[in-house]
Amino acid sequence: MKIATSVALCALATLALAPSAHHTAGGTVTGKVTFTGTPPKMKPIDMAKEPSCAKAHTIPVMNESVVTGAGNSLGNVVVYISAGAPAGAPPATAATFDQKNCQYLPHVLAMEAGQKLEIKNDDQTSHNIHPLAKVNAEWNKSQPPGSPPIEATYDKPEFIPVKCNVHPWMHGYFAVLNTSHSKVTGDDGEYSLSGLPPGKYTVTAWHERFGTQSQEVTITGTETAKLDFVLKATEY
Amino acid sequence: MSRVARRIASIAALAVLTVVAFANGDAQTMHGLPREGRGADTMPNKRVGRPSVGKEEYTRYCAGCHGDRGDGMGENTQWIDPKPRDFTQATFKCRSTPSGTLPTDQDIINTIRRGIVNSNMPQWRPLPDQMQADLLSYIKTFSPRWKSEKPGTPVVIPAETPVTTESILRGREMFQKFECWKCHGTEGRGDGPSAAALTDSKDQPIHPFDFTSGTRFKCGTTNADLYRIFMTGLDGTPMASFVDNIKGDQGWDLVHYLRTLQPIRTPESTLWKTWLATHAAELKPIGPESGSR
Repeated sequence: MKIATSVALCALATLALAPSAHHTAGGTVTGKVTFTGTPPKMKPIDMAKEPSCAKAHTIPVMNESVVTGAGNSLGNVVVYISAGAPAGAPPATAATFDQKNCQYLPHVLAMEAGQKLEIKNDDQTSHNIHPLAKVNAEWNKSQPPGSPPIEATYDKPEFIPVKCNVHPWMHGYFAVLNTSHSKVTGDDGEYSLSGLPPGKYTVTAWHERFGTQSQEVTITGTETAKLDFVLKATEY
Repeated sequence: MSRVARRIASIAALAVLTVVAFANGDAQTMHGLPREGRGADTMPNKRVGRPSVGKEEYTRYCAGCHGDRGDGMGENTQWIDPKPRDFTQATFKCRSTPSGTLPTDQDIINTIRRGIVNSNMPQWRPLPDQMQADLLSYIKTFSPRWKSEKPGTPVVIPAETPVTTESILRGREMFQKFECWKCHGTEGRGDGPSAAALTDSKDQPIHPFDFTSGTRFKCGTTNADLYRIFMTGLDGTPMASFVDNIKGDQGWDLVHYLRTLQPIRTPESTLWKTWLATHAAELKPIGPESGSR
């Protein structure tokens, strides 16, 4: 029993460490993103034109541009180190973007410039993946059901809107950053950036509708600094 | 009407006529298609361009629409649709190269020569080769991509396979399977379920190609041009690239089917009409209820 418990604990510890394996010891910046003002009401998406996707959803799917939670918390915000981040090779693992039931998973995908990007189609319908890059090159590729993942890489930092022209309600973002220290918030608005060596950092929060906000923070050791962001909700 | 005003009016009328003649010079007739090699559009231009000379030509011929800065914001832009190309993005519709890569020099020369049908971009074929090359070299100064990147490797177009009923039928299945009908419509009329909401990369409304209109394609007239269009896609528009999903000779099957949708006499349409006369009942309709035979 004792052995079993310690094995389980080990497994838990490994699991807990796994996501941050890329960033070893160091300081942490953590906090919450909230909004002030009245956010626009998101409308349910009508997928009637794509029956194979429409019947996969029992409750109406909402537009994910503005996702909020309790206490005015804000989701789909990219929080990242925009200046001062230690240089390093981009993560070896690919950032994956999935098309499932005519939705993008995730709605906002953060990746480091130069990191491999893998795009999958889990649907029974053809999609076209059309990232509307301006700094990087724009491309537009079809991906019928059952075709292998599309692989791509972006070399320059840019927030790239992504859309599917066949299914106009499908839109999302690729956040190509100069750092792997990033987190896209869930609807609880929480983020945590760990493994930061001592130094002065600029932390930026980006939201597709509510814009960006930056703050500075200094890390001296292995402490956890608290940094909250409050974005101003705009109607359009 | 004063003499001066009459004179201005007649000059204006002449200008309009010239533009119309320009635009129709190479119209696909109802009685056959120009085949590869017939026109001068794709003849190699081997001249070396001089950007400083090209700038003068550009200011004279192109800036009115494409703008002094090459950003597609010339003084005429607000009046015309589709909007002129923004050269600062180096994104081009008509390419022989994969989606997202720069076109070859010849790709752009071909576009300058043939113009873009159903737009305000006329054919510039009468310009001498040297002038076309000068213009090209100046257009390439608008985006830094031309310094840091090389054009993509052109998509290989294999020798055309024979036009047969079987080939057309296989192409028809591809039209269904790859869901071309979602935008281009079940009969190729450009009226599919996704057609109405389409926008280009600058958020301007855009229509899918209507095969039944009988006009040329934007990027050429031949079967090889048609093959190239769906393989490379038209960057900056909703038309995606299919080169990852359609391989080699398969592409010719789709070309042969697409030709049957056009109201022009082609080997494909003649064969298809004959076959349909006795076999129409065997076909399932194209569309959401699966149209493969």
